[in-house]
Formats: sequence, structure tokens, C-alpha cells
Amino acid sequence: MSPEPSHTNPQAKLIYMANQIAKFMESKPHAEGVALLASHINDFWEPRMRRHLFSVIDEGGAGLRPLVLEAADRIKRPVSA
Amino acid sequence: MKDFIIPDRDYGTPAAKSKQMVTLTIDGFDVTVPEGTSIMRAAAEIGISVPKLCATDSVDAFGSCRLCLVEIEGRNGTPASCTTPVAAGLKVTTQNAKLKTLRRGVMELYISDHPLDCLTCSANGDCELQDMAGAVGLRDVRYEAVQTHFRAKDTSGQVNPQYIPRDDSNPYFSYDPQKCIVCSRCVRACEEVQGTFALTIEGRGFDSRVSFGAKTDTAITSDCVSCGACVAACPTATLQEKSIIEIGTPERSVITTCAYCGVGCSFKAELRGDELVRMVPYKHGKANRGHSCVKGRFAYGYASHQDRILNPMIRENITDPWREVSWAEAMEFTAARMKGIIEKHGRHSVGVITSSRCTNEEAYLVQKLTRAVFMNNNTDTCARVCHSPTGYGLGQTLGTSAGTQDFDSVEQTDVVIVIGANPTDGHPVFASRLKKRLRKGAKLIVIDPRRTDMVQSPHIKAAHHLALTPGTNVAVVTALAHVIVTEGLFDEAFIRERCDWDEFQDYAEFAARPENSPESTALLTGVSAEELRAAARLYAKGGNGAIYYGLGVTEHSQGSTTVIGIANLAMMTGNVGRAGVGVNPLRGQNNVQGSCDMGSFPHELPGYRHVKGEGVREIFQKVWGVQIDDEPGLRIPNMLDAAMEGTFKGLYCQGEDILQSDPDTKHVAAGLAAMDCVIVHDLFLNETANYAHVFLPGSTFLEKDGTFTNAERRINRVRKVMAPRNGYADWEITQMLARAMGANWGYTHPSQIMDEIAMTTPSFAGVNYARLEELGSVQWPCNEKAPEGTPLMHVDGFVRGKGKFIHTEYVATDERTGPRFPLLLTTGRILSQYNVGAQTRRTANVAWHTEDLLEIHPHDAEVRGVKDGDYVRLASRSGETSLRAKVTDRVNPGVVYTTFHHPDTQANVITTDYSDWATNCPEYKVTAVQVGLSNGPSEWQQDYAAQAAHSRRIAAAE
Ligand code: SF4
Ligand code: SF4
Ligand code: SF4
Ligand code: FES
Repeated sequence: MSPEPSHTNPQAKLIYMANQIAKFMESKPHAEGVALLASHINDFWEPRMRRHLFSVIDEGGAGLRPLVLEAADRIKRPVSA
Repeated sequence: MKDFIIPDRDYGTPAAKSKQMVTLTIDGFDVTVPEGTSIMRAAAEIGISVPKLCATDSVDAFGSCRLCLVEIEGRNGTPASCTTPVAAGLKVTTQNAKLKTLRRGVMELYISDHPLDCLTCSANGDCELQDMAGAVGLRDVRYEAVQTHFRAKDTSGQVNPQYIPRDDSNPYFSYDPQKCIVCSRCVRACEEVQGTFALTIEGRGFDSRVSFGAKTDTAITSDCVSCGACVAACPTATLQEKSIIEIGTPERSVITTCAYCGVGCSFKAELRGDELVRMVPYKHGKANRGHSCVKGRFAYGYASHQDRILNPMIRENITDPWREVSWAEAMEFTAARMKGIIEKHGRHSVGVITSSRCTNEEAYLVQKLTRAVFMNNNTDTCARVCHSPTGYGLGQTLGTSAGTQDFDSVEQTDVVIVIGANPTDGHPVFASRLKKRLRKGAKLIVIDPRRTDMVQSPHIKAAHHLALTPGTNVAVVTALAHVIVTEGLFDEAFIRERCDWDEFQDYAEFAARPENSPESTALLTGVSAEELRAAARLYAKGGNGAIYYGLGVTEHSQGSTTVIGIANLAMMTGNVGRAGVGVNPLRGQNNVQGSCDMGSFPHELPGYRHVKGEGVREIFQKVWGVQIDDEPGLRIPNMLDAAMEGTFKGLYCQGEDILQSDPDTKHVAAGLAAMDCVIVHDLFLNETANYAHVFLPGSTFLEKDGTFTNAERRINRVRKVMAPRNGYADWEITQMLARAMGANWGYTHPSQIMDEIAMTTPSFAGVNYARLEELGSVQWPCNEKAPEGTPLMHVDGFVRGKGKFIHTEYVATDERTGPRFPLLLTTGRILSQYNVGAQTRRTANVAWHTEDLLEIHPHDAEVRGVKDGDYVRLASRSGETSLRAKVTDRVNPGVVYTTFHHPDTQANVITTDYSDWATNCPEYKVTAVQVGLSNGPSEWQQDYAAQAAHSRRIAAAE
């Protein structure tokens, strides 16, 4: 995986961002890290961003750190607009 | 309009701080004052003005003019009242035959060496020498001086060696030595108030003169930073604003607040009719206490600059020239476009950006526009690109994003850590106050990749300078915690009482890990373990410890983590909750604090309350009469991403220039170009306006009423000094747009907007214009519990209850140096320019900064064949630009530094779009770059200049 966030591919950029959050949360006790990662994304990510994230998760979550995948079912799935 | 014509009384000497009171008698009246007060000041307290020339209450008394003589019963001679302290039971006489004669004698001497051109003198009516001649009853001068300082030639036609011609080199004030009475008020002001030490008195006796450093120095070539303190202190026309020389003396004044930086200095705008004559720092301003910097005091000329756009303009496409239209047509056009977009792409396809340069009331209306009229939460602010990590980090640990102290607190500090901030340039008036404290003995620790002026300047030397490698803040802060924990320097009692002891234990265990020790991190951070340990000990055990930090902390991929680390340090050493300590973000633009408070972020309603909270939405739904979206909206970078993928089409951008201020310029440009309606509301055709379809001309801070909130949470009034040249204040323009879109807003004065804020936001509940009028300013929270506001936060407990320790693991940024890009670029600002420079570049401040320069270490320069002043090419993975090099050892080898004040440089073409993990605050402070010799502007710069010129065309009026 290239570490450079891409301008053209929105999914690649969101994978990068989710992993960045995961890296911070990984230093916490595991359960707390999972919960806080999910609530961080719920609190700060606009539905469009979460939709892109889910499209990655739904395809198996390639490139996402394990903590993101573990938190996935606590991340709010956006209702389609 | 409020009018304060009464001049501020000059008490002659500064107020004494003692609690011990002393009673004495002056001219038969009893007066009780604090111990240490001068007799002059005690007399002034009861309305007796002892004649004086060399004393003024902004500086310590010097006792050189001998005009303020008094007699004291039982004491010999006639002591100077400015240098003689009060004592219990003294009986003082300030006026009798003997004193009168003595004073006249003194005045006679002064006047004999002073040109008597009072009628045409620029200080006529504003001269203390004149006043004193009157006060002592001087009626004639009995002798003519043979030698003078003011005759260019003596009576025989010989050139007078004592005559020095006027120095007009400073763009804002002149120095005319022939009028100088050598009272040294200016020298003391420069030392004591400003702390620059640019002025000295050279020579002795008749030969003594005020000098800007070396003999050859003029005002502009000296160390002078043009703060104007000496000008304010000068009793004569010697040091005087050029605007007074050109216009004449003012006849009315209005108190208002500087619109430049987060210090938020109070000023007296002095006018004659509608013409602004000068801006003088307001003595009773609680943020600045009578001081100012060059920007607020002098750089207001942009308000009347010819580039200012005064009529609304529209165009179909951004390739068309602009067309000037009426306000009505502009609103009709804009509303139709925005409505069209919403109809076609849905209500989430548009948004707003609020401004940190506009008032609280204006920011509030702009976020209300998107929440209540566009019906989404797509609002963001330029604070995204500076202090959003502060909001997150302090919110998580302490419970509120607010800075903990007021600026006065620095007077009680013993150890100061300045991290990632350059206050002498970014927050000059605070820097002056800090330096004053340091000269009185407080210790300083600077954590910064660059040797800033704070590290060493006249009479200031940091005890420790941790010159870390850019991007390693977290490692350094955690290593400080490591030392405090492992050496047992923490404040156990405080932690047990105010925080969760188990949580601390957990954090302590983390910090104590060997990989966090200064010895292990030294290789990574470049900071010597020895030095870091000493710094940690000093901070933990040196008395009141205060941390001040700036954008060098926040603008990193781990910005939020560093803020958390800073809060951890303060909590574990017990340095929160009283005067002299605390965690203090130094905010960039004047109203960053306010714009954040006002709900500019996409996930928060005013008062930092998340939009998911039903109760909070309910409050606003009732007042606004609409349904509020419960999902967070888009942040600036996300808006641009969404624009690129075609789901975000319309943007109203007030008072911000995101194309120049946001990272990765090319990405911003592409995002803007993909939108169908970009509305730029600003004073000038800024860089973002090159991509705009609508331009709404803005008003300056001199032309409207409102409030700004500074870095100490202080809400200060902005008062309308003159009518808006563009016709409307900015809040009126936002309201027009809202109305054109169908809203029924009907505010007729910003005070009504503040009332709405107070009604909906608990921390502002007690704020209203009448209260501000009465108190001058208040620091929020201001409500029933704290009707006069809150100078210090977390006094009896943290806002969140218990302070929370959070792990701060270092994660290296992905922006790394390598063979292609071996140097690290970090960016900053300088004193005379402000942000993207749109205002300051349009003032005479360009005298100090004509272009952005790249600072590079001599070693790095030499291997690249770069000499001082050479044009160099600066390239990163994102892009490249060209600018001139300045070879200096202020930066370490491997690090280069530049500012971003000029659009021609476009330093943000270089910066990448890496950002803070929690808030997306861009990583401005670390970019891997290469530097090489170049012949001139890069291709991008040329293309850009051509596009900008093309886009700025305005069609001739029909
Ligand atoms: S303007 Fe400020 S820095 Fe310059 S000489 Fe006067 S007091 Fe000193
Ligand atoms: S320049 Fe003004 S303040 Fe300075 S010594 Fe001369 S008269 Fe006094
Ligand atoms: S720019 Fe800042 S320090 Fe300078 S006068 Fe304005 S508020 Fe004060
Ligand atoms: S005012 Fe006291 S000696 Fe000058």
C-alpha cells in the first residue's frame, strides 16, 4: 500500500484516514480502542465519507487495519440520501 | 456611536502592586495608596497633577527632568515626586513660591534649546512640553542659548554639528531630533514595554542624544520593530506618527479591537471627522494593557487601499470577466444558483466557510445560514487549518478546548515552556509581556526546530532550547513525561484530587517504558537527553509552570496527540487551575477562538455541542424554527474531495482565502474549479476569487459593530468607526443572502445576534452589549455562576470532572525524507505580515518583508552551491516553487524554513495533504523537500500568475 493519500481515489484517502485514527487508538486498551475508533468516525465523518468507507469494508476491507474492521459494526451505516 | 473623548489620565508612574496601604497628606488632603506608590501617583489619585516631563505611567520613573519637585515636611531639599515613594504620615506640598521658581528655571532651560514653532508644529495641542510651559507659568525666556540642537547652522553660517536632520525612514513615524528633550521616555518604553532595546541614549550632558543603536543606524535599519511604544511615550513632536503630521490632531475617539491576531489588543481609533488619524493602544485594554504591535497600530491602510472592491460582481463562468452589478442583482443571481444546485444535487451539495477575521456575530450567521437555510451541517472555518487539534486534545483531557489562563497570568509564572510558537512574530504583545516577566527572573524552555528570537534576544536567554527535528513533537513531549514519571517529579496530591489516580498509573506505566526515555528518543528527535532531562526537571519543580503553544504543535499529523501530551504534562505537575500556570494555545488570527465558539465546525453547534445531541438541536430548532441535521457535515478538505467526485457544488466563503491558506494548492484549485457556484465574500479579489462566480465585497473591522474573542476567551467589542465603504457590514450581507434564499431573518443590529447566542449557548448566557459596555470585556464562560466572566479555567475542578490522562504514542509521519527529498521544510510567519498577507501586503508593512525567503543552514546551502540571496527551486512530492534563499544557522542542518505571506511564492504548492489524524488539520510543519539553484519562477508559478491575471479581469461598466 502506498502511504501517499491519493487525490483522485476517494476510497484510498479514507482508508488512509481510518488507519491514522486506528494507529492512535491502538495504544489504548483493546476494547476501549475499538469503541473510541467507532465513535470518532461517527462523530466526525460526514455520511458520504462513511459510505465510501463501508464500500471498502463490504468488499473485504483490503488495506484497512484490523482495528478498523473490528469497529466496523459499531460505525453508523449512513442511510442512503 | 460611542464617544470617549476624555483623554486617559497619566498617573506619572506605574501602579504599585503591594497590598500594604499607606496614608499621607498631599497639599492638605489625605490619601491612602499601596506601599511603593510614588508621591506623584498618589497626588494624581486625588486629582493633583504635579508638573512632569520625564515620567509617564507606562514606564518606571527615572527622575531626570527635575520638574516634578515637591517639598516634604521635615525633609531637606526638594525631592522629585516621581522617584520618591510614599511613606506613612508624610506631609507633602506640591505648589509654593520656591517650587514655582525652581520649575520655571527648569522649563526655561528646556525652552531655550527648543524651536519655538509651536503654531506649525505637528504636536501642537498634543505636546507635554507646551502643556508644562503653561502649567508652570513660563512667560519669558531670559537668555538665548548659544549652542542649540535645533539650528541647522549657527549664527555665523557654520554647520551646527549638534543638528541632526529628521529621520523619516520608518514608514509610520518620524524621528525629529531637534525637538528632543532627552527625557528617555522612549528608551524606557522600548526596554520595559516592548522589550526590544532598539533605542539608547548616546553621549553625556549636552551631547546626549537618542539613538537607534549604532551611529549609522536609522529607524528602519535598526532593531526597531515599529511597535510604536516609544511614539506613544514621547511627550513632544520628536517621535510622532506621520499620519498626525499629514492630517493634524484627532478630535474624537472610539474604542475597538485589533483585527489581526489572537492577542486581541484594544485600541482607541482616533479620528477627525470621518478620517482615521491614528490607532493608539488603549491603556485599559485587558489583553494588551496599553501596548500594541506594528500591525494593529499602523497597518490599517488596507481599509482604504485602491485594490479594495466596493461593488458586488458576478459571472457565468470563472473564465469570464467579472461584471459589476447592484446588490439586488448579485443576491438574485446567487440565490438562484444555490437553489438550483440544491434542487438538482440535494441539500448536502452546498456549504459555507466562516471566517476567523469576521466577528462572532458574523460567524454565527454564516453557520446558521448552512444549518437553518441550506439545511445541512457543512460549515467549517480556517481554524481547521490551525487549531482544530487544540479543540480535540484539550476537550478530551480537560473537558474544554479553551485556553486556561488570561494573559495577565504570565506575570506570576516561574517557568515558561514555549512550544511550536514564535510569539515575538506571531503574538507580539503577548511576547512583550512574557519577556518582561523573563527579565524579572522567570525561566524559559523553548521547544522549536528553529532558533527563534525567543531563544536569545537582548536580555533574554532560554534556559533550554530543545531544537527538535520537525515532526517529533510527540516523542519529545512524551520523553518529558518519562522523566517526570521516572524521577518522581509529579504532583501526587494534585493528581489524586483532580484526576483519576488509576488512569495516571496507567499513563505513567506507558510513559516510563524505556522506548520513551530521552536517551532512546534522542536519535529520532535530535534533542540531547541531558538537555531534555534538565528541562523536565525545571518545568516540574521550578514553581508555577505554564505552557504556551502554537501552530508548530497543531499543524502535524499527530497534532492532537501533542496537545494531549501537553495537557498530560500540566496535569501531572499540578500546573492547572491557578494564576501563573496552565495550558495556553496561542491562536493565529484574531477571532479563531470566536469562530470556533460560534459553531463553525461541521459537527458542533455553537458552544461546542455535538449535533447528534437531541437536546441541543432542540434548543436551536425552537429558536430557528427548522429541523437540524443530526449528522456531522463536511470539513474543508472533505468538501474539496466531495467536489472532485461531483457531490459538492456550491460554497459560500466569507473572509477566507482557502486557495492560499490551505495545503496542497493544486488540490484546492481543482476542487474549487469543480464547483458550480463559489461565492467569495472578502475585501479584495483574493486568490480563491479566481475560482469564484460571485464576489461580495466585505467591510473592514473599522466599519462594523460586533465582538471578537481572543486567545484568552476574552470577548471584546468591535465598534463601528466609520461607515462601510462597500455599503454594508458583513453580517448584513449574509442576512441579505439568507433572505434571498427565503429565510425571514430580520436583525437590525449585531447586538440582537449576540442576544440570540446568549439565549442558546450556556457559556455565553450572561453576555450582552450592555454588559460589555459596562465591564469593557468579559471572558467566557459568563453566566449566572460567573456574571463577570472567568479569567482562569478549572479552578475548583476540571470542566470534564476528572482530568483524563491519555496515551501519547509516537507515530512517525508518512512524510519522510529520502534521497529525492532529503530536507524537511517547516513554515511560519513573521511580525509585519499577517496570514496570507492580503491586508498587510497592502500597507507600508512591506517595508519589512517584500518577499518570502527560504532559510537554509550554511552547510546545506554550501553542498548545493546556494549563496545568500540566490533564487532557489523548492520541490516536494506535491509540487515546486521558487524563492530566494537566506543562509542562516537559525535552522539546523537538514531543516529549511519559509513563511507563506505572498501569493507569488505559493508555499502551499509544496505542502502535502497529510493531516492530523483526529481533525484533518493539515501537516504544514513537515514536508520533505529538495532545494536547488534555479533561474526564476517555476512553471506552476507562471501558469498560476497567468490564470490569476485572466481571472481578475473586470468588464467595463455598462
Ligand atoms: S517603535 Fe517599538 S521597537 Fe521601535 S524603537 Fe520604538 S519602542 Fe522600540
Ligand atoms: S524622543 Fe521623545 S521620548 Fe525620547 S527622549 Fe526625546 S523627547 Fe523624550
Ligand atoms: S496584531 Fe495582535 S499583537 Fe499586534 S496589535 Fe493586533 S492584536 Fe495586538
Ligand atoms: S517627572 Fe519627575 S523628574 Fe521628570
